Amino acid sequence: MNPVMAVARRELRSYFVTPVAYVFLVIFLVLAGILTFYVGDFYERGQADLQPFFSMHPWLYLILVPAVSMRIWAEEAKGGTLELLLTLPVTLLQAMLGKFLAAWLFVGLALLLTFPIWITVNYLGSPDNGVIVAGYLGSWLMAGAFLAIGTCISTLTRSQVVAFILTALVCVLLILAGQAQVIDFFQGTLPRKLVNAVAHLSLLRHFEAIARGVLDVRDLLYFLLTIVAWLTAGVLVLDLKRMR
Amino acid sequence: MIETDQLTRRYGHLVAVDALSIRAEPGQVLGLLGPNGAGKSTAMRMISGFLAPSSGTARVCGHDVQRESLAARRALGYLPEGAPSYGEMTVREFLVFIARVRGLKADVGRRRFDEVVGRLQLEEVLEQCIDTLSKGLRRRVGLAQAILHDPPVLMLDEPTDGLDPNQKHAVRQLIDAMARERTILISTHLLEEVHALCNRVVIIARGKLLADATPAELEARSRYHGAVSFSAAGSGVSQEMLGRLPQVAGVEVDPLDGRVTVFPRPGERILEPVEQLLREQGLEVSEIQLERGRLDEVFRQITLGDEVPA
Repeated sequence: MNPVMAVARRELRSYFVTPVAYVFLVIFLVLAGILTFYVGDFYERGQADLQPFFSMHPWLYLILVPAVSMRIWAEEAKGGTLELLLTLPVTLLQAMLGKFLAAWLFVGLALLLTFPIWITVNYLGSPDNGVIVAGYLGSWLMAGAFLAIGTCISTLTRSQVVAFILTALVCVLLILAGQAQVIDFFQGTLPRKLVNAVAHLSLLRHFEAIARGVLDVRDLLYFLLTIVAWLTAGVLVLDLKRMR
Repeated sequence: MIETDQLTRRYGHLVAVDALSIRAEPGQVLGLLGPNGAGKSTAMRMISGFLAPSSGTARVCGHDVQRESLAARRALGYLPEGAPSYGEMTVREFLVFIARVRGLKADVGRRRFDEVVGRLQLEEVLEQCIDTLSKGLRRRVGLAQAILHDPPVLMLDEPTDGLDPNQKHAVRQLIDAMARERTILISTHLLEEVHALCNRVVIIARGKLLADATPAELEARSRYHGAVSFSAAGSGVSQEMLGRLPQVAGVEVDPLDGRVTVFPRPGERILEPVEQLLREQGLEVSEIQLERGRLDEVFRQITLGDEVPA
């Protein structure tokens, strides 16, 4: 078997033999429901779409994705299994990909399990299901970007708590960079080009574009490049740690 | 085969491994011996590819561990210090994972799995989580992982650390059985292990190679090598006479049990003259022994750099 798949399978299994998976799934589904109906005004809006559902996802991921990603490398470093894993005939990139894919598939599963809300909205009205599919895709890509960030940061430390906090911090910055209030705040003080550049870095903008049902290659590329960049950085950190 | 050439590892100003050049051949069990913190584990981590050397090279079966890392890792079975494994997995899951990562084909993997599980007597704990196993069993799981792909080169970092005497014996038998056509490098700070297992010993301290010899050669460096010790009633009288024998360099008496040790002059054999003298004196000797030399003493002498008082 391909080493990437072997690592990914092991990781996925480890989610489900420990309580991690179940705790995560329950909290994710409960929070997704509460936020959509109470904060997102799902009924009051009177529209048959999942906009309130998806607009909560960045904030949901902000808390839950670092909880998944924090252990990915920190746990191995702490438990000594890093030495075992990295002396097996697996390249750093293969190990990194295997671990990331497992986490991404896992979050994907959590996302799929929100299907009752999709059934609900179809029962209540006739939504544009194409837009909803795009929303799911955008949400999953965004989760991937958060996970890549968290996976990279998890290589930096043995402490899962540190990994969690740093990841949440980076993610919140990436979300806030695109908020209208933040942009307005900097509009007067910073050069327009810089403000624009920062705004384009924001996960939120690209996610919202996809979630509206507009599948622009640039938005897809943004997420894929974010994932590739952070995972590459993680591989470099691991390689650097061999020298340090 | 394992070869290192001027292998060096620095942590800031600290030199953990200092220009270490060793060589282990097939059929050989090479013991890496040294006090705690001597650099044994660091050296092994570099050979395994886990750490990059600051300078120097290491090769496993001719593959440079830096440039042909994957080939070197494929040829190597490695038990890291403390035998780390994934605690939440069962023994079976863990070994299947190792087989998959190592890319063993299904039929080969199954055959090797059965063989290794049998050899390390893991049948009864196959479905248990590794976390719930005793230290000895966990160590055996680590060994199973290391030999699963039937590697030509085996590197074991303190394989018997924390095992009870029976388990130690079992692990040593296993290593012995595998030694014939393989290259085995083990690290240890247990001198009995050197006797029991190794046909060559490399002693390191503070990262430096201090001795590279067979256990017998090391024993020959001991001042006890060729000495004769005996217990006898009323031996006090004979001490002076023994000291006057031309081949004898000195006589010592253990103040606790009264055991007498007679040291030879260099190159002299003294068992016969001593026995003869004792007979002549009519002493009742309850037990007499020709000493091979004491490794612990040689070890101290080499690693502390102290002159052992004559």
